[in-house]
Amino acid sequence: MSTLQVSVYRYNAETDSAPYMQDFEIDTHGRDLMVLNILQMLKAKDSTLVFRASCREGVCGSDGMNMNGKNGLACVTPLSEVVKNNKLVLRPLPGLPVMRDLVVDMALFYKQYERIQPYLQNENPAPAIERLQSPEERDKLDGLYECILCACCSTSCPSFWWNPDKFVGPAGLLWAYRFMADSRDTATRDRLAEIDDPFSVFRCRGIMNCVNVCPKGLNPTRAIGKIRELLMANAT
Amino acid sequence: MATMRNLSFDAIIIGGGGAGLRAALELAKSGKKTAVLSKVFPTRSHTVSAQGGITCAIGSADPNDDWRWHMYDTVKGSDYIGDQDAIEYMCTEGPKAVFELEHMGLPFSRFDNGRIYQRPFGGQSKDFGKGGQAARTCAAADRTGHALLHTLYQNNLKSNTVFLNEWYAVDLVRNQKNDVVGVIAMCIETGEVVLIKSKATVLATGGAGRIYASTTNALINTGDGIGMALRAGFPVQDIEMWQFHPTGIHGAGVLVTEGCRGEGGYLINKDGERFMERYAPNAKDLAGRDVVARSMVLEILEGRGCGENGDHVMLKLDHLGEDVLLKRLPGIVELSKTFAHVDPVKEPIPVVPTCHYMMGGIPTNVHGQALTIDENGKDTVINGLYACGEVACVSVHGSNRLGGNSLLDLVVFGRAAGMYIEESLNNGFEYHEPTDSDVEASLLRLNRWNESSEGETVPDLKAELQQIMQNNFGVFRKEENMQKGVKLLAELRERIAHAYLPDKSNGFNTARIEALELDNLLEVAEATAIAALERRESRGAHSREDYPDRDDENWLKHSIYFPAEKKLGQRDVNFSPKTVDTFEPKVRTY
Repeated sequence: MSTLQVSVYRYNAETDSAPYMQDFEIDTHGRDLMVLNILQMLKAKDSTLVFRASCREGVCGSDGMNMNGKNGLACVTPLSEVVKNNKLVLRPLPGLPVMRDLVVDMALFYKQYERIQPYLQNENPAPAIERLQSPEERDKLDGLYECILCACCSTSCPSFWWNPDKFVGPAGLLWAYRFMADSRDTATRDRLAEIDDPFSVFRCRGIMNCVNVCPKGLNPTRAIGKIRELLMANAT
Repeated sequence: MATMRNLSFDAIIIGGGGAGLRAALELAKSGKKTAVLSKVFPTRSHTVSAQGGITCAIGSADPNDDWRWHMYDTVKGSDYIGDQDAIEYMCTEGPKAVFELEHMGLPFSRFDNGRIYQRPFGGQSKDFGKGGQAARTCAAADRTGHALLHTLYQNNLKSNTVFLNEWYAVDLVRNQKNDVVGVIAMCIETGEVVLIKSKATVLATGGAGRIYASTTNALINTGDGIGMALRAGFPVQDIEMWQFHPTGIHGAGVLVTEGCRGEGGYLINKDGERFMERYAPNAKDLAGRDVVARSMVLEILEGRGCGENGDHVMLKLDHLGEDVLLKRLPGIVELSKTFAHVDPVKEPIPVVPTCHYMMGGIPTNVHGQALTIDENGKDTVINGLYACGEVACVSVHGSNRLGGNSLLDLVVFGRAAGMYIEESLNNGFEYHEPTDSDVEASLLRLNRWNESSEGETVPDLKAELQQIMQNNFGVFRKEENMQKGVKLLAELRERIAHAYLPDKSNGFNTARIEALELDNLLEVAEATAIAALERRESRGAHSREDYPDRDDENWLKHSIYFPAEKKLGQRDVNFSPKTVDTFEPKVRTY
């Protein structure tokens, strides 16, 4: 037998006065399944267990959660990567309100994303074909545009936990820099002005939890550093 | 019901993938009261998983490229049952739609001259098949769908589109004239059920690959739009035509883009032989997807498959070198490591044909208006109902879609539907309110699940349905298996009608959503099965052992499935493009 001990955070406001951890035992038949597979097996046992999932290949960002203390995507996290002492503890992403079980309310996270005006701005009329961009200019977007908005980074960030309403957070700032770094965008000055205050950017303390958990291997801390440099340069 | 809240819009778009977001953008910019209703946050839609690119003759890789060549390839790829007026529209409007995406910020990869990077894809040619392989697929590395979907979502934010995120559409609402006048929808967070009234209801719900046990499709691809249309009594077209993508990762079903072969990768059997040279001497690994998928299955059936069970082949990429792989195919390197435990820089990837795309769908014209057929066999517009993207069958893909044409379909016809609805709203819509009993009719199945007290449960029934489709309606099909499949599905329909939803809670009840999705999977599966059985020929993706040849005399036609009678009829294919001569059917070789 290869029985895995799984402990899952449960909360349904309609029936539960408080959240609790529910324990399951699952036979994996020795296979190195993904955590999402385990959740699907649990849901087949208990249909009231709730989690989000869509692409099941790590590109849609639905199933961000906290697995044995670390944020990540359940669909691309093999058991061998997280299970310790045959035990798997699954909790919702920390710091956001829980709607039910492993589903969190992402409204604050999305609000910070919307705040940075996450779309290309260019005041010049568009040409009849595409705007030209050299491969070198385009390379500057690598490591930025791949963000999938899973919120693993922002919900692992102590600064975001403290000030989710004022600190943009690593995901939002990564997107902000993605547009500043785009040779086709002409709004860098306005973008900087929008976040030039003590909280929006400067609450980042360089803890780098965001880098540690990003399932796409992106580096929000570096992007935040670049924004700081631009803010400093603008100030002088 | 008396207490049910009503919402009202000029246009409600159901589905927040590429097609829905492109339609919404057009309408939001026009100032119409528009909402996008999506069962997931829009960037979780399946468009996000598209990898290789968007095919379009923008003349970047080859300044002499011509939309007519793209049209020729698409008509040939469709095995001649793609509508030539619609394909002409897509290929001529395509460049505009792609440049718009670039202007919106889509981070396309680039050539040295700064123009959009284009790579070769399957079924592409220059000079009407006479000029060799073309490179016509515009790409953002191998994350084109992700880049496209996020760009469209971002521009909808900019245009203040209203989003009903994590809402589920239950059924269409029809008035006494059988016009579609809105939809019953549920807020997943609270469980509240709402009547949404709208002059225009746009189905952009994507595909239904989850009718098969093994699929590249997201868990959410459950054919909700097809299910709603069939339950409303509207027909679907060419629904037997399912694309099996040659390169799904063996065991996991996860997609590996055709762009791998476009960049120079190729398939090998257990002897290390590049077997596509035998099946398609000219195009080799870049033949049509149907051709490559069949060749792979034949290799496996004839004992040349790889692995312990000889049940897959290998995709070889290591000769391309680490630089090319990390630059052009970084997502594939990542997925291979995660799901196949293979580093493609060093080793080949185990792959097998996997259900990927639904060529059929709700018949529409180029404006996205949904069509039905009247008693005289004439096309008739369904008032108030529109469809675009994978759920629609306009039909640009016929019986086999070319790689890269799906993303183009989304943006061209999402845009077209948006423009047409805007114009219609400006001209004034006739709108007749639904009665209470009209609304009640659309609540029936939701009430059925809510009142269920015992019976079989959803996960088991779903798994059974998927296995029936996998076993009887795969790459190769034959009469007796399909008859068995049709019978099993009829029995399954009875069992699903008495199935049980144990969890009756309101807030974020995904078990209820999965139950409602199961109804839709069943509708798609049964339509597929009956249409596949009745189309007695082989064409494109529909390949029958008992009828191995294309039968242009009897079947150079769309199939059209009517749900009330469960009967398959035929509809004429359009052979009348506006600005070029008809592409006449020819023997299709690569």
